[in-house]
Amino acid sequence: MKANKKELTKQEEFVREHRREHHRISSCRLLLFLLFLILWEVSADLGWIDSFFFSSPRLVLSCFLSMMRDGTLPMHIGITLLETVLSFLLVFVVSLACSTALWYSPRLSRVLEPYLVVLNSLPKSALAPLLIVWLGTGTRTIIAAGISVAVFGSIISFYTGFQQVDEEMIILIRTLGGSRRDAFRKVVLPGSLPILLSATKVNIGLALVGVVIGEFLAARRGLGYLIIYGTQVFHLHMVITSIILLCIIAMGFYKGIQYVEHHLRIRRQI
Amino acid sequence: MQENKRPNLLELKDICYSYHSLQGETNALSHISFGASLGEFLAVVGPSGCGKSTLLSIIAGLLEPESGTVSIQNPDGSMRRPRVGYMLQRDHLFEWRSVYRNVILGLEINHMLTEERLEGVNRLLKDYDLEKFREKRPSELSGGMRQRAALIRTLALEPELLLLDEPFSALDYQTRLTVSADICRLIRRTGKTVILITHDLAEAISLSDRVIVLSPRPARVKKELPIRLTLTDDSPLAARNAPEFSDYFNVLWKELNYESK
Repeated sequence: MKANKKELTKQEEFVREHRREHHRISSCRLLLFLLFLILWEVSADLGWIDSFFFSSPRLVLSCFLSMMRDGTLPMHIGITLLETVLSFLLVFVVSLACSTALWYSPRLSRVLEPYLVVLNSLPKSALAPLLIVWLGTGTRTIIAAGISVAVFGSIISFYTGFQQVDEEMIILIRTLGGSRRDAFRKVVLPGSLPILLSATKVNIGLALVGVVIGEFLAARRGLGYLIIYGTQVFHLHMVITSIILLCIIAMGFYKGIQYVEHHLRIRRQI
Repeated sequence: MQENKRPNLLELKDICYSYHSLQGETNALSHISFGASLGEFLAVVGPSGCGKSTLLSIIAGLLEPESGTVSIQNPDGSMRRPRVGYMLQRDHLFEWRSVYRNVILGLEINHMLTEERLEGVNRLLKDYDLEKFREKRPSELSGGMRQRAALIRTLALEPELLLLDEPFSALDYQTRLTVSADICRLIRRTGKTVILITHDLAEAISLSDRVIVLSPRPARVKKELPIRLTLTDDSPLAARNAPEFSDYFNVLWKELNYESK
């Protein structure tokens, strides 16, 4: 009885220590961020850096607030968000369809393998000017840029995920009288869901990269456009505001998918 | 011979099979012929890598033999193609499905989720003491329970012929003794025809009616040994304590070690 009680307090101690460590990490992170802001602000105020080029937290905030008030910033943010989500969804659908086709036909996958590898390692920003010529300037080009950055890697990682499913599980489906289609639906797809999700987490970040590249070159709206425009007119507060917003958007997307992943994991207990 | 009294369910004639690769041809099975009568429990033993699993894959229809024929007769004489249940070495229960949804997988694939079949599955779950675990995940089951769940998954389709490919080899020795005896008792109760592949001679003798010994690659049928054991009770060790056990064991042992030297 006594030993049991002692055990319990040790367990409690462990939990408490774990929580304390967790708090310590969080506060260190926050402190680092605040230190950076203070250092930035102070060095701008004291003239160590030129706030015209480097801006300052106060100037960024006032720029953010004024652009929010006149409604331009919500529009730019909305456009970038919309374009990113659209390209991401298209990437997901296209790569799911393509990787499924590759899985169904090993011959097709062997034929296409070198092409996929080349297209995946090609720097996609090189395609962007061509996209403008083909598709003009506007949303279509930007979504195409977003897709082009993410889609080939996504197809490869989805397909690799499908292939990692234990071959014996597919044999099992055959022993139960199932077809290749049954194998795909009952084993391959559910079995590779964790890999699909982690690839998805990467994809949404890449779609954002593609969209910003597209906006650099072919847009009148969006955060990428704001960055280019701000640089051209030397309104660098606006540039830095946009960059910070992109950071927040990227983090939001990542967290969103992590949330979905977490819930699927709980539901499926894997 | 006594076996001929019962109708033959399975008949293998002159089965040959080779694996091909760029390095050359590997002859796996060479002119294998044997039969299994209805309700018979057959064990196939042989040195490792002799093509035992290949043989089962051919019987199950997963591989086509290069020559020879596999004929499976329907016990009720109808024209319907008889079902073959195949239990693999590992249970491969899907972690993303509950035990129950794993067990009905075969029915789901064959679009046979009828009330009658599901009732049969429920009965099996009850018989095999898995009813309490039907909503659990496979990882929450013990090794023996997982094997039983895999067996129900196979039996749910009501196969006429059951193929077992070393289904106990993933279990530790202690569990293996009890589970193998346990599962085989359950199978015998159903009166199914069974072909068990094993490399464990003791297991083959204690579970089967007849042992077929294969030679090293390319596998041929070296010997067929009918087993008759005097059993005192149905505990897992009873068969191993039967007076005839050690004689059978010695015969098989010699048969297997003769050529490999």
